[in-house]
Amino acid sequence: MNTRTNINTLKCLVPFTIAEALEMKAAHPDAFPIAGGTDVMVWMNDGKMPGRTYISLHRLAGEWRHVTGTSDGGISIGALANYTDVRMNPLVIERWPLLVESARVTGALQIQNRGTLVGNVANGSPAADTVPVLMVYDAVLVLANTKGERRVPLSDFYTGYRQTIMDGSELITAIELPHAALQPNQYFRKVGTREAQAISKVVCAGGSTPGGKQFRLAWGSVAPTTIRSFKTEETLANGADAEEAWEVLKTEISPISDIRSTAEYRLRVCRRILEEFIGHQSVS
Amino acid sequence: MSIAPPYRYIGQSILRREGREKVTGASRYVDDNVIPDCLHGKTIRSTIAKGRIVDISFGEGIPWDEFIIATAKDLPRNVVVLIEQDQPALVEEFVQHKHEPILLLAHKDAGLLEDAARAITITYEEDKSAAFEIGEGSLQKEYLIEEGDIEKTFAECDVVFEEVYRTGAQEHVYIEPNGFVGWWDGDNIHLRGSHQCPYYVHKAVKTAFGLKDDRQVDILQETTGGAFGGKEDFPSTVAIHTALLARKAGRPVRMIYDRAEDMACSTKRHPSETRLRIGCTKDGKLKALDCDFRIDGGAYITLSPVVLSRGILHGSGPYKWEAARLVGKSYATNSPPYGAFRGFGAPQSLFAIESAMSALAEKLGMCPVEFRRKNFLKKGDVLPTGQALEGDPMLDAIVDKGLQMADYWNRAKKIAPIPNRGIGLSVFLHGTGFTGSGEVYLASRVALATRGDGKVEVRVSSTEMGQGTETIFPQIAAEVLGLEVDDVLFVKPQTSKVPNSGPTVASRTCSVVGRLVERAAHDLKGKLNGTPIADYHATHGETLGEAKYQAPPGLYWDDEKYRGSAYGAYSWGINIAEVTIDPVTMHPTVENFWGVYDIGTVINPTLAKGQVEGGIAQGIGWATCENVVLEEGAMINTHMTNYIIPTTMDAPPIMVDFIENPYEYGGFGSKGVGEIPMDGPGPAVLNAVSMALRRPLNKIPIIAEELLDD
Repeated sequence: MNTRTNINTLKCLVPFTIAEALEMKAAHPDAFPIAGGTDVMVWMNDGKMPGRTYISLHRLAGEWRHVTGTSDGGISIGALANYTDVRMNPLVIERWPLLVESARVTGALQIQNRGTLVGNVANGSPAADTVPVLMVYDAVLVLANTKGERRVPLSDFYTGYRQTIMDGSELITAIELPHAALQPNQYFRKVGTREAQAISKVVCAGGSTPGGKQFRLAWGSVAPTTIRSFKTEETLANGADAEEAWEVLKTEISPISDIRSTAEYRLRVCRRILEEFIGHQSVS
Repeated sequence: MSIAPPYRYIGQSILRREGREKVTGASRYVDDNVIPDCLHGKTIRSTIAKGRIVDISFGEGIPWDEFIIATAKDLPRNVVVLIEQDQPALVEEFVQHKHEPILLLAHKDAGLLEDAARAITITYEEDKSAAFEIGEGSLQKEYLIEEGDIEKTFAECDVVFEEVYRTGAQEHVYIEPNGFVGWWDGDNIHLRGSHQCPYYVHKAVKTAFGLKDDRQVDILQETTGGAFGGKEDFPSTVAIHTALLARKAGRPVRMIYDRAEDMACSTKRHPSETRLRIGCTKDGKLKALDCDFRIDGGAYITLSPVVLSRGILHGSGPYKWEAARLVGKSYATNSPPYGAFRGFGAPQSLFAIESAMSALAEKLGMCPVEFRRKNFLKKGDVLPTGQALEGDPMLDAIVDKGLQMADYWNRAKKIAPIPNRGIGLSVFLHGTGFTGSGEVYLASRVALATRGDGKVEVRVSSTEMGQGTETIFPQIAAEVLGLEVDDVLFVKPQTSKVPNSGPTVASRTCSVVGRLVERAAHDLKGKLNGTPIADYHATHGETLGEAKYQAPPGLYWDDEKYRGSAYGAYSWGINIAEVTIDPVTMHPTVENFWGVYDIGTVINPTLAKGQVEGGIAQGIGWATCENVVLEEGAMINTHMTNYIIPTTMDAPPIMVDFIENPYEYGGFGSKGVGEIPMDGPGPAVLNAVSMALRRPLNKIPIIAEELLDD
């Protein structure tokens, strides 16, 4: 039987400065940070996370809502930059087209105006649409606490289903993308349940460097976390065909059946996507 | 007594009366009621499909003495009365389906109420004999329609086609979940809520509380954001619960369902299984139809018999048969009761016959259009119930117009060689109003009342729920009375203020009740006899124009033998769907959709088109993405994120037009429009997908997971 979370049992802390935010997080390691809140609000409908303390970051937009280019040709996306901020950014449009594509198919306009890219990463859903893209772009997360900050490659961030290497004292302050050294024919495929407002059944992002020297391929909704299929990438770089690549890929993914789709369907679609990706890369 | 064209208001796209309020967010829905001292109500439901309640325990840490707790024992008559009286308002001992209401709680703190709900543990003795599939449980109802010598006719056929067609459940997804607010003043109960049939709620509440006088119950309809049949019978239960808690609390109570609760426990479209056997000559002349139509009725009778009845009455499609046998069976299962949903059984049986027609055409090597055309009903032809069609169905004209709009021949030719692309069609009919003697039993009444300011009020229990009642009735009354349309007001349906014009269902509002509004306007016009309304009102006080339902002459129905005229009028239509299948994901996309309909006189073209487009989108959803996932008979994908209805991004361009073939006994010549949009999309989309995949399918929703078999 469905019950909602008793909102009277929730506490919400509201920091006004970054320093304050980090102090609050240090003092309340179990506190749950909220940026756009687009996932948290849905959980409340299911009675999840009762009695918790939340840290609402909305007052930090002045410092954390940036999408700015870096001197080495990369970009820094602040913790409070929403999907619309990202997909409308001219630099992102020019250099990281898959980010635009994936942000555009995340939820719909309402979610895109509210939800944040960092939130999408932090939430740890294996079905996140932007995370495979960020992995393909070799994203690095900036984690901070009162003692300082550290940089962690996104591919090393997740340790299990909705589990990350983050310490209770830390917040993600930004995502940094290096200059994308990929050919223009980058690939993105969201297999959703419909054209908008859909959670992915399978999501894939990929690309290759000039001459097919290196491949990058990341997948969502086919494992407990979003994954980079490094072994498949290597096989492809060594000149494998679709069938050989599939033999490798199927060892890297482990789809399950759930309310949205079946393990069997996900497997078959992954194979077809892999074929489509390879075809897509070879036409260049 | 008729008003002749050219009309001033009929056929004009008068702006939707309540449109501005709705798009600006000013409309008040049930949850917007602010009532001082109001408690929040919550329903505690069964977690098993079948069994006996052994114990109910109230856990620690909750101040139970602050709660109002109501059980079946608190209700004078524990029944939700509808056709039968088998459904209790609250479980006494035996649970028949998951999410069945057992206990009611009320408290002023909505948050604490949720914690309290979690602290209640109900222990059951589970009965493992629960049935979840059509045919597993007992038979609720059976109907038979028979015309001609079926086996003899089959023996004369060159070709016999057999197939089993299946359709899934469907959730209505109205804008706001079910909800009521209510309070007692002495022995009188006041209830305001989201529903489509105020007098159904009235009757159910009056019966459950054993009230003697109709005036003790006052039911008001708040702004209702779509209902689609989902708020036909189910709201009665919510209203009884609200009233019960309010009575026990001695205070107002609000009971507003959560979306997930609403989806889990409320009614859905009946899943169906149709076994067809069709016989024809080798050149495509239909001869014999054997249709075995079965639906899952769920745990209680609710409306299933009438859904079943409408199902078999539409199961022979718009075709002439030498012999036909249609058997309908509704089975009890341990699912939450299935209920009314736009189309009411007809979309299910029409899905079967229209999918079969295209598959059979393919088998015969005939064009699906010409095969159908060869067998269309014409004026004077006899339906399987023995009803001879008085009007001309004009099917050729409807089909011609549809084909022309879709540029069908060129398009089909172009698409045919391309893999994963298809075009499909369906032709269908829908009976206007209640089935058989239903309208006679309803004996609907309407009233128009004069006002001192020279305006007139329309008093009906027909509700506005997005389809346009509030706009079209003033159009009809103003046309007859020669008033400005803005001088005809629509009274918010409230049982203490409006007569019982019947439920807002069965495609009956515009045609059947509209006809009564037209007649009441003539009645009032006669009384006024040319005197301006304000003057007449000043001298005579409030004056009513009234009308009561009278069956059209010659309309005869035999409930026992299921013979006669099931409906006074039929609407007709064609749908054409163009689809593309994604070769990687097998996801079907409907690219374009066309529909041409004869709904009689079109009272308000913009509203009629809106009604049709919405129904088509809903039909496309039913065919493609709306998959109700059941576990022990109950829906488990109870969120808008996992019960997938089409968004504007999924709905194709929809092209709609009408052919007006007026019905003498419908409001200004109108026929039913509400449900027919739901009849065609299922088979049209399926036929298109079958063409795209080069193999005939037999089931909706069409799920990519099931199409992908490497």
